Amino acid sequence: MRTAKATTYPEKNGGITLQHKGFWYKLWQQKQLMWMSVPMLLYVFLFNYFPLWGWITAFMDYNPSVPLFQNEWVGLKNFTWLFGRAEFLRSIRNTFAMAAINLVFGFVFPILLALFLNEIKNMRFKRTVQTVTYLPHFLSWVIVVGIAQTIFASDGAVNQMLMALGIADQPIFFLGEGKYFWWLVGVINVWKECGWNTIIYLSAMSSIDPALYEAAEIDGAGRFKKMLNITLPCIKSTFMVLLIMNIGHLMEAGFEIQYLMGQNMVMDWSQTIDIFALKYGITKGQYSRAIAAGIFKSVVSITLMLAANITAKRFGEDTLL
Amino acid sequence: MKTAVSVKRERSYHRKNSIFPIINGTVMIIIMFFTLYPVINTIAISFNDGTDAVRGGIGLWPRVFSVKSYQTIFADESIYNAFFITVARTLIQTILNIVVTSMLAYALSRREYVLRKFITTVFVLTMYVNAGLIPNYLLIQRTLGISKSFWVYILPTMVSCFNMIVIRTFIMGLPEALVESARIDGAGDLYLFWKIIFPLCMPVLATVALFVAVGAWNSWFDTHLYNAGKVKLHTLQYLLKMKLATTTNSANAAMTSADAAASTTMTTPVTIRAAITVVSAAPIVVIYPFLQRYFVVGLNVGGVKG
Repeated sequence: MRTAKATTYPEKNGGITLQHKGFWYKLWQQKQLMWMSVPMLLYVFLFNYFPLWGWITAFMDYNPSVPLFQNEWVGLKNFTWLFGRAEFLRSIRNTFAMAAINLVFGFVFPILLALFLNEIKNMRFKRTVQTVTYLPHFLSWVIVVGIAQTIFASDGAVNQMLMALGIADQPIFFLGEGKYFWWLVGVINVWKECGWNTIIYLSAMSSIDPALYEAAEIDGAGRFKKMLNITLPCIKSTFMVLLIMNIGHLMEAGFEIQYLMGQNMVMDWSQTIDIFALKYGITKGQYSRAIAAGIFKSVVSITLMLAANITAKRFGEDTLL
Repeated sequence: MKTAVSVKRERSYHRKNSIFPIINGTVMIIIMFFTLYPVINTIAISFNDGTDAVRGGIGLWPRVFSVKSYQTIFADESIYNAFFITVARTLIQTILNIVVTSMLAYALSRREYVLRKFITTVFVLTMYVNAGLIPNYLLIQRTLGISKSFWVYILPTMVSCFNMIVIRTFIMGLPEALVESARIDGAGDLYLFWKIIFPLCMPVLATVALFVAVGAWNSWFDTHLYNAGKVKLHTLQYLLKMKLATTTNSANAAMTSADAAASTTMTTPVTIRAAITVVSAAPIVVIYPFLQRYFVVGLNVGGVKG
């Protein structure tokens, strides 16, 4: 099958160049490529774009059993209801708090680990450390929460260790008290993803020109000087790209772990916007309110991402958009 | 004077050099310990006697060895069915995803394709625009009506934009002459893709398949949302999730562990939970070390920008 490339073989078409044949002709020529891509285009319209249509129900008093446009329009009533509700405001606070903790921990620990991994000269030992620390990334949240509930239980390993070290004189009820929840989520996230997140930094570090280190050594720079003045500046652009990406996904910071770990006792600290939407939308059937909460989340997400991009551009960094 | 300074510097450099690797190695061993301890602890508890485990204090090895928890789990028929469903969905989802995604990636890697820009933009935007939980739920539950069926595991996850871009980057790195020469021989795009490009993409496809398969094996939320009422379609992760929900409530009650210890049963929620955790994690933990080389290669292909 000849495609638009046929333009380069005019003799096959009786010497006529096909350049002026236009869009539809080219499309006809490329119908095999269309077969390979257009069904997926329709698929993505159905599964990713069509549901956006559901957003209009946030401005209605939506009842699924009534045809869509026979529902009553209520303007912003659902949004004012949300923002007048302490439970929703708490959900926003929890989402942001855990997102912020994850964002900071998610940069500090992987970069530190990558810096020190990078210093290991014994390749076999390095590989072993990598293999071990990548492992939790592949465990599902259900498994991780199962393990966490065992470890952080009042008779679990963490409490035993704290008591043995004399830090606590009686078991701390980590899983049942709201004030620990955010930090617990942060720590568990570090355990699960820290090793995995080093991959990207390690690959950035491996592309640093060794001549820079040699030059620094001649100037008398020690190991930590080299880390501070060569390694870190060299991974700055990787860091910036990841930062923008993560800020764009900040609002996604929590659903599974909070949903699985959050019991009634810690609900005020564990409930995120997604869980709020799930509870009101599916358990209580108040679709309009749940969708309004979802719209709020999406709007904040997109705003954050655009803001991060603009800021990065202003500082002359690589951007995603 | 000058030489004295440089000698001193050199000495201090070498001294640091000799101590640092030891400290660094120790820190790494501690990190590995903290990573592995929770996993090994859970395995130890799963092999411990139930009533004894309630007392707590089990470390890296079971105190009173017992396989009762595993016997209890495997006596229950539902785990076999869940295992079958999990394997089936993982296989079907992975194969379908790979074929569809790589086909799309090939089409979008052709620079001359007139719809290339449009379709690429539509796909890239899906990474940023998400309708959210409830609209997606309504689509699957009401518009399509595919809840309470196996399809709900397969259909919504058929193509991922990120994977498509990873594969496309790989295809665009292949020599263009491959395609050109096959074209001159009269090969169509479908033939070209299937006979030439697809086999060449195996390294990157192995990586993507690994990630899709792990994601499929680990997912539980779709079961929870759409198939909770259909016991025949429960997955392994969902079984574990249900066990977590029931045991946390009793774990709070077990604060007064006296009555738990007084109970005559040999298994307790603590050991059962640990045993199911081990069973559902085992396949991944066992095959993971052998697959390690694939995911590192794949991540480098994808690059930071994806």
